Amino acid sequence: MSTWRKLLRDPQAAVTGSILILIFAAGLSTPLLAQHGPNESDLSMVNAPAGTPGYLLGADESGRDILSRLLHSINTSAVSALIGTGVALAVGVSAGLVGGYFGARTRAIAEWAFNLVMTFPGLLLLILLMPVTGGDYRYTMLIFGVLLSPGIYRIVRNLVLGVKNELYVDAARVSGLGNARILGRHVLSVVRGPIIIAAAFMMGASIATQSGLAFLGVGSKEIPSFGDMISSGFRNLYVAPTQFLWPSLLLGLITASLVLLGNALRDTLAGSRPQPAKVGQGQRAEVTPQPPAAADPEALLEIRDLTIAYPGPGGQPREVVRGATLAIHRGQTVGLVGESGSGKTQTAFAVLGVLPDEAVVTRGSIVFEGRELIGLSDSEMRPLRGKQIAYVPQEPMSNLDPSYTVGAQLVEGVRSALGISKSEAKTRVLALLERCGIADPERTFDSYPHQLSGGMAQRVLIAGAVASRPKLLIADEPTTALDVTVQAEILDLLRDLQAELNMAVLLVTHNFGVVADICERIAVMERGQIVESGDVLEVLRGPRHEYTRMLLDSILDHTAPIREASR
Amino acid sequence: MLAYISRRLAAGLVLALLVTLITFLMLSLSFQDVVRTILGQSATPESVDAMTKQLGYDRPVLVQYGDWLLHLFRGDLGSSVYTSLPVASSVLQRLGVTLSIIVPALIITVLLSTFLGVWAASRGGIADRVAQGLSLVGYIVPGLLLAIALVYVLAVRAKLLPATGYTPLAENPGAWLRSIAIPVVVLVIGGVANMAAQVRGRMIDELRRDYVRTLRTRGISTTSIVVRHALRNAASPALTVLSLEFIQMFGSALIIENVFALPGYGSYAFNASLQGDIPVIMGITIFGVLLVTVVNLGTDLANGWLNPKARVH
Repeated sequence: MSTWRKLLRDPQAAVTGSILILIFAAGLSTPLLAQHGPNESDLSMVNAPAGTPGYLLGADESGRDILSRLLHSINTSAVSALIGTGVALAVGVSAGLVGGYFGARTRAIAEWAFNLVMTFPGLLLLILLMPVTGGDYRYTMLIFGVLLSPGIYRIVRNLVLGVKNELYVDAARVSGLGNARILGRHVLSVVRGPIIIAAAFMMGASIATQSGLAFLGVGSKEIPSFGDMISSGFRNLYVAPTQFLWPSLLLGLITASLVLLGNALRDTLAGSRPQPAKVGQGQRAEVTPQPPAAADPEALLEIRDLTIAYPGPGGQPREVVRGATLAIHRGQTVGLVGESGSGKTQTAFAVLGVLPDEAVVTRGSIVFEGRELIGLSDSEMRPLRGKQIAYVPQEPMSNLDPSYTVGAQLVEGVRSALGISKSEAKTRVLALLERCGIADPERTFDSYPHQLSGGMAQRVLIAGAVASRPKLLIADEPTTALDVTVQAEILDLLRDLQAELNMAVLLVTHNFGVVADICERIAVMERGQIVESGDVLEVLRGPRHEYTRMLLDSILDHTAPIREASR
Repeated sequence: MLAYISRRLAAGLVLALLVTLITFLMLSLSFQDVVRTILGQSATPESVDAMTKQLGYDRPVLVQYGDWLLHLFRGDLGSSVYTSLPVASSVLQRLGVTLSIIVPALIITVLLSTFLGVWAASRGGIADRVAQGLSLVGYIVPGLLLAIALVYVLAVRAKLLPATGYTPLAENPGAWLRSIAIPVVVLVIGGVANMAAQVRGRMIDELRRDYVRTLRTRGISTTSIVVRHALRNAASPALTVLSLEFIQMFGSALIIENVFALPGYGSYAFNASLQGDIPVIMGITIFGVLLVTVVNLGTDLANGWLNPKARVH
């Protein structure tokens, strides 16, 4: 019920809803309001001007009262909307429930049939079938409803498929509820919202189509409708322009209100959709950058008091990183450890300047080689990215552009970082791919991401990151998404590259084994704060903070070899 | 590739068979009325029977449909019951008129929507609100009203463009352009409203993907990320919308033609349907299906070119 209250408070929904209610209420009270029948013509009243007694809005080319015809037309459009939408809902919802709930074969048949319906120009069919419908707009709208049904079918099918895979339907099945009751109870409650939204748009489409057809002359001349009135007004445009105005105004008002109501319903029922932000404006910072004070002279990267906030549910900012402090020396490998959601990745993104649009840096500083990074614009950050600071992501597949070959994307990155020619870049990329353990570099170079395995894709991403010999490599859970056997190989590769290029590495992970394996220093993060940091061996052997101890204990229970690795 | 194209064409053929069969079956319900329409009010039952026999409507429906198909395979769509003109050439001529407003409208729609959608999604803020507002206006005003309003303002009042009529392109390109200008604008406004919103949505999704962030960390320029990477990936789903947009536009064109008295597919279909001219109706149907098949094939091929995963080897 709170949804309805929210709708009533939304001005767009309230205004458009009231307009529609007013118009259709006027339509319903036609017998009280209309002073003439819709087809009652009086030859002495032909083209009577507005204000003529008994003809408030005047009369048309046949001497029919325009106001009365408008009122009757409202009812015609209401009936059209009800039939078109009703049929579309009946057909689409039932087929969607069946297609979504039952097996793949049933679904394939339904899919095929609805694709068939969708591929034919509906309006042409409605015109061509005039001999069959005999010009009765109600039959036409019946067919139109069928033509609208694929949209509803898709919505319902997708929602049902989603719900079906959710636990509570399984639970309901276990608890002995029949198929029909499962459908009724759970699925319908989920699909209700999207269907109400779609219904508003379909009503608009039905009314617009009926008017269009009536304008063409499809359908009986006896039925008063906006389309017919517009057509008559159009013929009379030179003589009496207002005759065209009234039905157009009313039709425009109805369809516009339905569309705007649909939009308002969508915003309320479906929740807010992502809003675009300017690409390349750089991450948002609300701190006044201060000159680096008494910085660690050895440090390549120094993060101090970093605080990152996101807009929270009640408008209150929610801090995901709170006063994090961390330093990395040249050539050093530092592990940043913590549970998922502890703010590790956010810290890494902040260094790269690629925090999501919603995030704001509210406090602190990030100094790289003596230069403050917070507050830099995207174009000021760009020369650093790739060249000085590089990044290896967690999930290899989603981090490659699916539309370009591996070679093309690596070459683009190398060229933008180093400004070398295409052929030079290609030679370099091929050598790198080989260095990163790819057996057939030429072939991988010409492959698309979907043709690679996860391990290969991660090697490709590492190759892309180290291509320009960065001073700092930020690796965000580089092995988490990979098979266990591949994990060790990737870690070996990172370690070798680190030594070879003398890079500093910030390794973000939740895995102490990985840290013990390749890191010199460790920082432990808990709920946005760095609670402990120091030499790896010291921290692992004698954790001082309770959270570190807890994390270590929980791991040691399962994987004994950790201590061995940390020897 | 050839196998793929022939498979799609075969699917189109099945579609054509089914749609024409269904249309024919539905039309067959009204053959009696059709004969009466042809003969007029004063027809005697005998003359109705004779006419029914002459047109072959007394045979079983499936036999009639099979007969129509046989002729179709020989390239013969029959001729109009009223004018005796061959159906195929008349249909093609009318289709040409309608396509000459749809094709330019579609091209402009695609260009404009891509620009607006990308602009809105990559700028955000005011740019986004302007683009959203523009597409909303196009969405809430029915094309029919827009057409009449434009005719009134541009043709009747300002006398800048002809209000009605059509000049073939081959006859006089300038006059052709003037005769299709307002209908094309009307179709574009409706089309952009729909399509720009689609492009915007796809672009917003695409710009939030992981690979975009990774590309940014490599120091790749904003323009390249937006145009080369995000737009390229957004184009593939937007293409599926394009074929639906074509079908939609075809429907709107049928109504809008009427405002401008263009001798296109819509008025042809309307007259044939009003008169119950069955051979013409069937000809219009089959060409409609073929057109859709060709457009779908085109978008599929373009999709394969854009999207390596959909590529068929």
